[in-house]
Formats: sequence, structure tokens, C-alpha cells
Amino acid sequence: MSKVNDVVIKVATVNGTGSASANGLLMKSIFRMGIPVVGKNFFPSNIQGLPTWYEVRVTGDGHQSRADRIDVMIAMNAQTYERDMAEVTPGGWLIYDSTWPRSKLLDRKDITVLGIPLSRMCNERFDGVRARILMKNIAYVGAIAALLDIDLDVIKTLLEQTFASKKHLVASNLEAIMLGYNYAQEQFDCPLPPRLEAMDKTKGHIIVDGNTAAGLGCVYAGATVGAWYPITPSTSVMDAYKSFCKQYRMDEETDGKKFCIIQAEDELAAIGVVLGASWNGARAFTPTSGPGISLMSEFIGFAYYAELPAVIFDIQRTGPSTGMPTRTQQCDLMSCAYASHGDTKHVLLFPANPEECFYMAVNAFDLADRLQTPVMVLSDIDIGMNDWMCPDLKWDENYQPDRGKVLNAEQIESMEKFYRYLDVDGDGIPYRTLPGEHPKGAFFTRGSGHNKYGGYTEDSHEYQEVVDRLLVKWETARKIVPEPEIAYSKFNKTAIVSLGSCDGAVKEALSILEEKNIGLNYCRIKAFPFGDAVRDFIDQHDEIYVVEQNRDAQLRSLLMLDAGIPQTKIQPMLHYNGMPLDASFVVDSVLAEIAKGRAA
Amino acid sequence: MSYIAKPNVSHPKAPKNELGLTERDYEGVVSTLCAGCGHDSVTAAIIQAVFELGIEPYKMCKISGIGCSSKTPAYFASQSHGFNSVHGRMPSVTTGANAANSALTYIGVSGDGDSLSIGMGQFAHVIRRNLDMCYVIENNGVYGLTKGQYSATADVGTVGKKGPANKQMPIDPVSTAIGLGATYIARGFSGAKEQLVPLIKGAIMHKGFALLDVISPCVTFNDHEGSTKSYAHTREHYHRVIKTDFVRPSEEIVAAYEAGDTMPIKLHDGSKIVFRRVDKDYDPTSRAAAFSYLRDSVNAGEIITGLLYIDEETGDMHDLSGSVSEPLSKIPYEELNPGADQLASLMDQYR
Repeated sequence: MSKVNDVVIKVATVNGTGSASANGLLMKSIFRMGIPVVGKNFFPSNIQGLPTWYEVRVTGDGHQSRADRIDVMIAMNAQTYERDMAEVTPGGWLIYDSTWPRSKLLDRKDITVLGIPLSRMCNERFDGVRARILMKNIAYVGAIAALLDIDLDVIKTLLEQTFASKKHLVASNLEAIMLGYNYAQEQFDCPLPPRLEAMDKTKGHIIVDGNTAAGLGCVYAGATVGAWYPITPSTSVMDAYKSFCKQYRMDEETDGKKFCIIQAEDELAAIGVVLGASWNGARAFTPTSGPGISLMSEFIGFAYYAELPAVIFDIQRTGPSTGMPTRTQQCDLMSCAYASHGDTKHVLLFPANPEECFYMAVNAFDLADRLQTPVMVLSDIDIGMNDWMCPDLKWDENYQPDRGKVLNAEQIESMEKFYRYLDVDGDGIPYRTLPGEHPKGAFFTRGSGHNKYGGYTEDSHEYQEVVDRLLVKWETARKIVPEPEIAYSKFNKTAIVSLGSCDGAVKEALSILEEKNIGLNYCRIKAFPFGDAVRDFIDQHDEIYVVEQNRDAQLRSLLMLDAGIPQTKIQPMLHYNGMPLDASFVVDSVLAEIAKGRAA
Repeated sequence: MSYIAKPNVSHPKAPKNELGLTERDYEGVVSTLCAGCGHDSVTAAIIQAVFELGIEPYKMCKISGIGCSSKTPAYFASQSHGFNSVHGRMPSVTTGANAANSALTYIGVSGDGDSLSIGMGQFAHVIRRNLDMCYVIENNGVYGLTKGQYSATADVGTVGKKGPANKQMPIDPVSTAIGLGATYIARGFSGAKEQLVPLIKGAIMHKGFALLDVISPCVTFNDHEGSTKSYAHTREHYHRVIKTDFVRPSEEIVAAYEAGDTMPIKLHDGSKIVFRRVDKDYDPTSRAAAFSYLRDSVNAGEIITGLLYIDEETGDMHDLSGSVSEPLSKIPYEELNPGADQLASLMDQYR
């Protein structure tokens, strides 16, 4: 374990003690040394006092997923000390707060234990309980800086920028850093074998979480109405939208808001607000999670049938029911794809990282407007709330929103009569009008049976004509949703099909397998319904492993239902314990499948 | 239910409003409700009110939930956009519609089941937002489409057509709205159109949330002896606490009001609501007084009607959230998108 820029650090703390800023500082310092880094936060569904962990993977090779090892554990929480120690990979290091004595029973011979009296040093130097707790966390960053050779100047600059408006905090934070740094330098042989060295691999990149990127995407897409009911882990989508709107959407003269955020009484109301607003011509969205999708289902079916645009972000967390609200899964694929009673199906987008959250947010509004139907962006807590290194987000100034087939006053005026649900163009997408546009534009939006003219009907033929036309629209959707990302290796008729946040782990696994001379092809699906490219890819292979993060193989089910893939051809590879997927799971699963094949 | 369009002919001498439209222009398709349904009288009163107010039909939106009452938007203003949403959710749809475009007129039609059972949460929260809308509850105490079950407004002791007397306490939309902070609260009776029309006009012109609870008997399931929401019972116990006139800005107040007995209140567009007190001590601008008067009337078995409370001071949802005055849906995209340069400089905050 003496590689440069390849180390996994895990910090065990208590939530509500300011460890998030300490971990952010650690993560960004490494990033600013030009070294790719992955941050994963494992936190409890709780405000203060429970164990929480933050994992920093320093990955000079630029991997995107977490690793299945812990090289350096910073065990700041006595509650979890035993289990934290047990997690350290043999040959690794454990740092603990040696202010208090530690039972010998907790020793491990195969790792190196380093004690630093962090609390004692901070208690001597700082006043006040709160400051002492916060500074203790900053101090371990200092110790890690010494142990891994993190550039102190980088940390200094970061602190100066972070506390630009609170100068006195720069000095105290720096003092805490130096407490840890100096102690480690004096007492230990610094740096440790897994040390860091400046690189040039983070240029043109940022560190951002998916929810922030999605909120920003909504601003750039021109969304003006956001409605929501707070739910973990989607809350930060609206927080981000709000803060970017305050930055970019205030009227300079009147200080009025060019946006309206409605914190609704529940998710049923949130989606109702979105539908009312989009019916009336605004781009509107709601961020939620699985339980919210369940509550919104009736309205989602309404929007499908009455043909109203809506953008819904589902930041998936583990189910069923309340499940583990702060753990990740891809468990809402089925419930989103077919949300609501009756024959309904919905367009889904699957971002794989924060960068795609930004661009897919914009794309979701275009697709919703174009197709006049709800579009759901299925992110998850791993993408949404963890820190990812991404290429800079860029904006094309030529972009114009695709508002779809909305008739303006002039167009309505020139028509003899407007009817809402006629398939004029043969693509299954009718024309719509907005209230207040023109006297001849009025129509009645309803979830009850309606004919192609928009009138109420209980006539079998008239009813069926409309629901059949919705299938034509479904085929149009298939053609215009994002294409999958496909990568071919040279040698194999076997492939992995996956989606969303599995991407980083799968790609890393593919490179590990390649070293073992197992070359698999790869298709990352970005949308539902599945386009021809997905079907063609699967057709070219004898065997497909479907890697996804849920128990019931939901992507695999969708492939059978929507793409007609035979069940026997697609093998599930399921990871659903709530932790983000890592490469070793994929590698082990593939090797096991191959072994089975050889045995058979 | 079938869908019957009306022949579009009207009397050549039919009166026209300032837009040159006749009342026929504000009608909808033929009602398919039961003959004599109170809801049809409410529909007729809405038609008269919007005709007399001279609202451009296409600048008005009719939104409803599910139930007999929620069918009625099809029966008026066929030149207006309608939105027949899902059960109990009309308030959220109207909230979104108004959030997108504050320049239109919003009339929501709901029933006692739609608003006070399945939709109780949305009813309460749309009031909290003081959404600028006219919210009509066509209140008949029963579920009609599912054949006569008691609704949440059924009075204790009222007897249904096929069952024992109701024992559960009713939810009174008017007292509930007073408690929740609604800024225009009125009650009418579908059998008293001349009172209903000015109440609707005021509710439409009021800037903020206007609740109009209309006792609207169900002739099929709740108009028999022993029902407290029948025509007969309502007529007998109906009490006008206050007479209300609605006066447009352009109209002079010509009626002779006795000094001390009248109270004009100016609305945001310059029009006026003129109250004539029937009960001397009643003050429709005092929430506390309105509430206690209402409690006393319930105890006395009276159905008090009229404009019971008004507050023209509290801002509507957009005022409270600080929106620009221009409808959000009309703001050009160029003004909404921060652009490439802003994004490029934003990136530095994430390094």
C-alpha cells in the first residue's frame, strides 16, 4: 500500500458536530492539488447525535465510484469505534482521539493505530463548547494533511476563501489545522506510504452534487414555478433552485422575483401546482423521492391522459415504505414507469452523475413540453447528495426552449375551430392552447373520458381512439429520448447493461475485468422508453448482465416489458443494501457468472 | 352522462355587456344534473355575475375537482379554459395556474365532499396562501354520484333518505375559513339568486381568497323531510345577516342607504362592496365578531347568509412571496436564463 494518489480515507464522526465542513475542506484541498477525488457521505436520518461517516477516495486514475476498502480511518466517534476499527483494510491506519484511554481489547495487530489528543489540544486552545467540538474536527484535517502530505498553502487559501466575510474564523480554523498538523509531524513518520502528490487532472472540473446541478438546470431551462413538499433526499434540489433564483432571477428595478416557489402541504398538492402552472404556460417542476411518487400517482396519471407537461425529479432512496431515507437505491423504476391506475406509462430519464443532472434537467423540460406528458428524472441519493468531480458545466447560448406544439393567438385566429386532441401531424402529439391567449382557444381539460375533440365521452370508439393515439405518442417519445452510452470491447458476445449511478462502478469494473482478459461490452441506458439503439445492442449479444440497485431487477423487467427482451437472455446483477455500488461487486458477480457458465 | 351542446342562437334584443356579449355567450353545454338541482341555479348566478362584470371569457379559468358540483364548470363559460382535475385537488391546480399567470380570473367550483373530506387539506392550505380566486362550494350535505351517503357538512340529526340520522359533527366551511384566515367569506343559498350574484361578483373582484359557501339542495338524495339541507329547511332557517351590493367603479351609488347602516368597502380595482346591515351590531371587518356571531347562529339553528367577513388589506400569494407583477408565464426566456458567462463564472465556486 505505497501507491501515490490512491487512498481511501473514512471519517467517523457524530452528526451535527460540523464535520461536514471539515470533510468538505479535506475533499477540496485534494481536488485543488489536481488529484481526482470522490466523496461519499453516509449519514443517519437524524439531526444531531447519531453516527455519520464520510468517505474520501483519492483516485489518481479518476474513478467515479467508491472503493471497497478503507486505508485510513479517522475514528472520532467512540460509539462506533469498534466497528470502524474492524472496517480498516489490513495494512491500513487508524487515527483516534487519544485524549481518553482506549481499551486494549480494541487493538488490531494488522493495522497501525495512531493516537492524537485532538480534544485535549482543542480544549486547551479554544473557548466554548461549540467551538471546541467544531475545531476538533478541523484539527483532524490538519493531521491528515501531515500524514498524507496535503499542501498546507492550498488549505490556507481555501479557508481564506470560505471565510472571506468572517475573517476571524480564518485564524481560528488555521490554528486548529496546525494543531493536528504539527502533532502528526512531531509524533509520526510523515507522510505515510499512501501519500499524495500534486497532479494536473482536475483542471476544467468542479466538485458538485447532483441536486445542486439539477436545481441549476431548472433555472437555465427557464422554469418559473417550483412546487414541493420537503423530503429527504430531494430537498437540496429546491434549496439550490431557490438560491440560484435569488442570484439570477430578481428584477433589478422592482426587486420582484421572476420565479414562484410553493412549499405545498403534501406531494399531492405539489404535483397539482405543477400541473396547474404548466397548463397555464409556465415551466414547472417538483423534486421528490419515492414516497412522494406514490402520493403523486393519481395526478401523474391525470397528466398522462389529459396531456400536460410536468417535470418530476425523483431522488431515489431505499424502500419499501419509509425504508432507509438516507441510503441509496434505484428502486422506483417500476413505480415511476407505470405510475397511476389505468393504462399509463411515462418517460423517464436516468442521469449518471451531477453533470447529467444539469443537462437532463433542461432536456426533461423540453421533452415534457414537446410530448405534453410528465417526464421524471430518476436520480438517487448517491448522485444527488454526494460530491462528484465533473467537467465544468457549459451553456450553449443558442439554446432555445422547445415549448412544443403550443398555438399562439395568431395561429388560433387563423383556424376555423380549435380541437385539443387531434393528431394533426401523425406523431401522436396534439396541439394545445393556453388560457388567456385567444377567445377561440378554449377547451376543457379533464381526466374523464374524452374524444379527440376534447369533449366528454362515454363512447367506446371515441375513448379508444384517444388512448390508441397516446401509444403513437409513446413511439414518438422512444425516438426522441436520449440515446444510450455504448462502449464495445473487442472480444465478447456478453455485455453489461446498466443505468444511472451504477456507471462509475461498472466502468471501473470493466477495466479491472479487461486486465483479466475478460472484455465485456457496455450499454448505459439513459431513458425510458428504450430506443432502437438499446434493442439493437441487446440483439447483438448472447448474454446480458443487467446491473442495477434494487432487489427485484426492475430495469430488467422494463427491458422485458418495453423492449420485448427474452427473460433468459438477461441475467440480473443486483446490489441493494443501500450503499453506493462499488466495482468489486460487479467484478465478483461477473466472475461468478462466468464460473457458472464454465461449470455448466 | 352525455354531452349536449346548446344551439348557438340568442334573442336579437338580448342585453349586451360592455364587451358586446350577451348572457348566452357566458353559457356552457346543457347541464346533465338532476332537474331542480341547486347547482344549476349556482351556475346561472355565476353566468349572470361574470356577464355583468364584463369579464372576457377567455381570460377566465374554471377549475374543479370531482363530484356533481365539479361537473358544473362545463355548464358555464364555454369560451373559458376549464380544468376538471382530480378529487379534492382543485385548490392546488388553481394555485399553480395562478402562480404561472396572475392576470387571469380564477373560479374554482367544488362541493362539500370535494372540499371538506378528501380535499380538506388543500382547502385549508389554499386559504393560508390567500390565493387570488373565487372558491365556490356547492354544499348539499350528501354524496350524489355515489347515491346519497352523508358528507362532512351533514348536520347532527339530519336524516338521510335511506339511513339513520347523522351523529357526527359537521364541518362548517364558513367557520373553518374564518379560523384559517380567509379574506372574503360569504354564504348564500342557491334558491336566492339576487343575493348570490353580488356575492359572486365581490368574490371574483376581491384580491385574495374568496370563499362562497352556497347551500345548494340535492333534489334526489337530500330534499326530504328531516333533512337540514332541503329547500324547505333552508328557506325556513335562512337568515340574511347582511345585504350586500356590488358596485363597479364606473357606477354611481344610486340606492338610498340610511346613514350608519351602510358600509362601503373599496376593492383593489376601485369597485365597492356596499353592506347594509340587517343585524345592527354585525361588523363584517372583524374576524372575531364574525366568528362569534356564526357560533351563536349555529346554536340558534339559523343559517346566516351574506358577506360575513372581508379583509382587503392582506396581500395575495404573489404579494406574500414577492413575485414580479408580470405574469411569470409571459416573461421572455432571455430574462430567465442567466447565460453562458454567468455559468462559467459560477463554476469557480465549485473548485
